[in-house]
Amino acid sequence: MMIISLLSDICLLLGGILTLTGALGLLRLPSFYTRLHAASVTESLAAPLLIIGIILDTGFTLDSAKLILIIVIMVVSNPTITHALCRAAAHGGYTPDMQNKEKSQTQTDTCAKESK
Amino acid sequence: MIENLHLLINVSLLAFLVLIVFAAINTNNLFVATMLFGIFSFVTALLFLDLDAVDVAFTEAAVGAGFTTVLMLSALRLTGAFENVKHRHSVLGLLIVVLTGAALIYGTADFPSMGDANAAVHLNLAPEFIQLTQEKIDIPNVVTAVLASFRGYDTFGETVVVFSAGVAVLLLLGMGHVEPKQEPEQNIVLWIVVKPFIALILIFGLYVQFHGDFGAGGGFQAGVIFASGFILYSLVFGESYARKVIPSSILPRFAALGVIIYGVTGLASLLGDKPFLDYNALSSNPVSGQHIGILLVEAGVGLAVFATVLLIFYSFSGVNHNE
Repeated sequence: MMIISLLSDICLLLGGILTLTGALGLLRLPSFYTRLHAASVTESLAAPLLIIGIILDTGFTLDSAKLILIIVIMVVSNPTITHALCRAAAHGGYTPDMQNKEKSQTQTDTCAKESK
Repeated sequence: MIENLHLLINVSLLAFLVLIVFAAINTNNLFVATMLFGIFSFVTALLFLDLDAVDVAFTEAAVGAGFTTVLMLSALRLTGAFENVKHRHSVLGLLIVVLTGAALIYGTADFPSMGDANAAVHLNLAPEFIQLTQEKIDIPNVVTAVLASFRGYDTFGETVVVFSAGVAVLLLLGMGHVEPKQEPEQNIVLWIVVKPFIALILIFGLYVQFHGDFGAGGGFQAGVIFASGFILYSLVFGESYARKVIPSSILPRFAALGVIIYGVTGLASLLGDKPFLDYNALSSNPVSGQHIGILLVEAGVGLAVFATVLLIFYSFSGVNHNE
């Protein structure tokens, strides 16, 4: 019992930290694609960890079976959504620039202007 | 502790609502505004969930966040993504808005406080409904009992309203005609993930439809969820393929059929010498008569809502191709 509750705490803590880093990345990272990466970390790792933490804490019931189903749906759907978003962005002309940092910065600025 | 936690959750959700509204007013990118309104609906659904109004939360998430967002996006394809910026600052407008807001805030002073057991709504009919649901209808979900049986007239009216909304959109926009494309756009990842998801969504829709007596949900929610499965198919594989699965010509008939099922259930109880929509007449045992009546009525509502939602989506997405 001790071990399970410890595991649950670790899962919840790790999920919380990952959510925090994801949110920080969403705010601070420079371009659309890097921000998308930060958001997808939150969705596909932090949220399942939080749910697993809750399941371990409450024990296995019908509700936790439903929660496991939600984890499966999240793990499948969130990378797909990120993929679709990425594709839409590439289709819309936001090419990621690896070499020229300044250029990618100006591009981000135009993106930001357009979205405002 | 729990009380404080509830208060904290409520306050932060309400603060989110206010922030989202200001962000939506500020932006002149209509895509961003549409997405913000989707988020607004989700936060509202969370608030309803926190108030234990699961059925309402369900509807808000399915209709407000799901279907309305798709409809707005369809409309944006016709209008373009940016608002025409007008730099007009009307003093009169500001005055009217401030006065209306102040009047509304003044009005909240007369509201009963949240969770007040002595509030007028909890004293008049609600105790009767809760008691009679156990005695006469014998289903766990009081919301379904009130919606389909005690307030059957109102729900019939709502179904007719949904139907006439569909008819109005059909008269204004028409069904449109989508030229069949040779090949849908190649996107293997989306195809593979979406196919099982559509099956899941349709099964969940049926579950919500027929489990509405026991858990959250019912015809309205099930109709929207079922339709959203087909809308997802249409978004990923293309409209011409969706129109092969469900031809646009049968949708108005489905919508009408839903309303007719509801009305005929009411007429059947008239034949049994009972008032309109009194389901006790449908079986020798009044309780099982209620069960049959609620099942039929919910099926009618589900069919009408499903057909109307899909019909409005087809109409909106068909306009673009007419040009």
